[in-house]
Amino acid sequence: MQSDTCPVARCLPKRVAMHGFANPARFLRIARWLMPLLLVCGLVVTAAALAWGMWRVPPDRLMGDTVRILFIHVPAAWLGMGGWTTIAVASLVELVWRHPLAGIAARAAAIPGAAFTAICLITGSLWGRPAWGTWWVWDGRLTSMLVLLFLYFGYIALADASRRDGGGARVAAIFGLVGAINIPIINRSVVWWNSLHQPASITVGKSAIDAAFLWPLLAATMGFGLIFGGVVLAWMRAILADMQAESRLRRKAAS
Amino acid sequence: MREVLDYWAFVYAAYAVGIAGTLLMIGWSLIAMRRAERRRDRSRGR
Repeated sequence: MQSDTCPVARCLPKRVAMHGFANPARFLRIARWLMPLLLVCGLVVTAAALAWGMWRVPPDRLMGDTVRILFIHVPAAWLGMGGWTTIAVASLVELVWRHPLAGIAARAAAIPGAAFTAICLITGSLWGRPAWGTWWVWDGRLTSMLVLLFLYFGYIALADASRRDGGGARVAAIFGLVGAINIPIINRSVVWWNSLHQPASITVGKSAIDAAFLWPLLAATMGFGLIFGGVVLAWMRAILADMQAESRLRRKAAS
Repeated sequence: MREVLDYWAFVYAAYAVGIAGTLLMIGWSLIAMRRAERRRDRSRGR
């Protein structure tokens, strides 16, 4: 009973369990089969969801057929924000617990996160032209999303430079944590500032979207999410292999 | 004069951007992974 009240004892099993996954060999054994599985399932689910959204969903009463852009734009926006949330959580784990794979996971999440943010911005612009009559407005939602893309570019450059120059990975981790301030700003931007962008239609436990649009949207989000996971694992394998090759070459050069 | 937009052109363009972007991202990731793993194997002397 005493161990239940001791914070150290309470944390220990979790830390041991978490560090059990820190073994690169064990991670690679899992990633080798999980990565292709996630990518194949993601591609199948995404293709089905997009076909559903393109040909089976009825046109919207107000937006007409342009509502079909929803099935790409919204998952891309969620995954763009999800990517930075992953970076922030992994950076925290790296800084606090010094988990060896956390920094690699943070760096691996940056590429798909940036890609989905770019897709979100471009498809949003393509949706804005027929819906609002303009490709772009400098309002809170669009601007904060553009800032997120620039944050991704900065993070990728910083993480790459700190690895190449042998600098501390802590700088990139701190940048990842500080940059997370933009995520609630994106989320609340349509509430805090006047915007052409509509307020959130889906919040935790609530949805203002008709089921005819909601289900293909959730399916597309799941499909793109699986692809995101597969791509993160692929980049983690790439970064790990690079690190192993570099350390071997350095050892050979030293001996 | 009122501008008439072909809504489907915007839908097709958005789908093309989304699908091409996703496929490019997957392809780039797989190529980067294979290249890095080959480099690691070469450094092992295999």
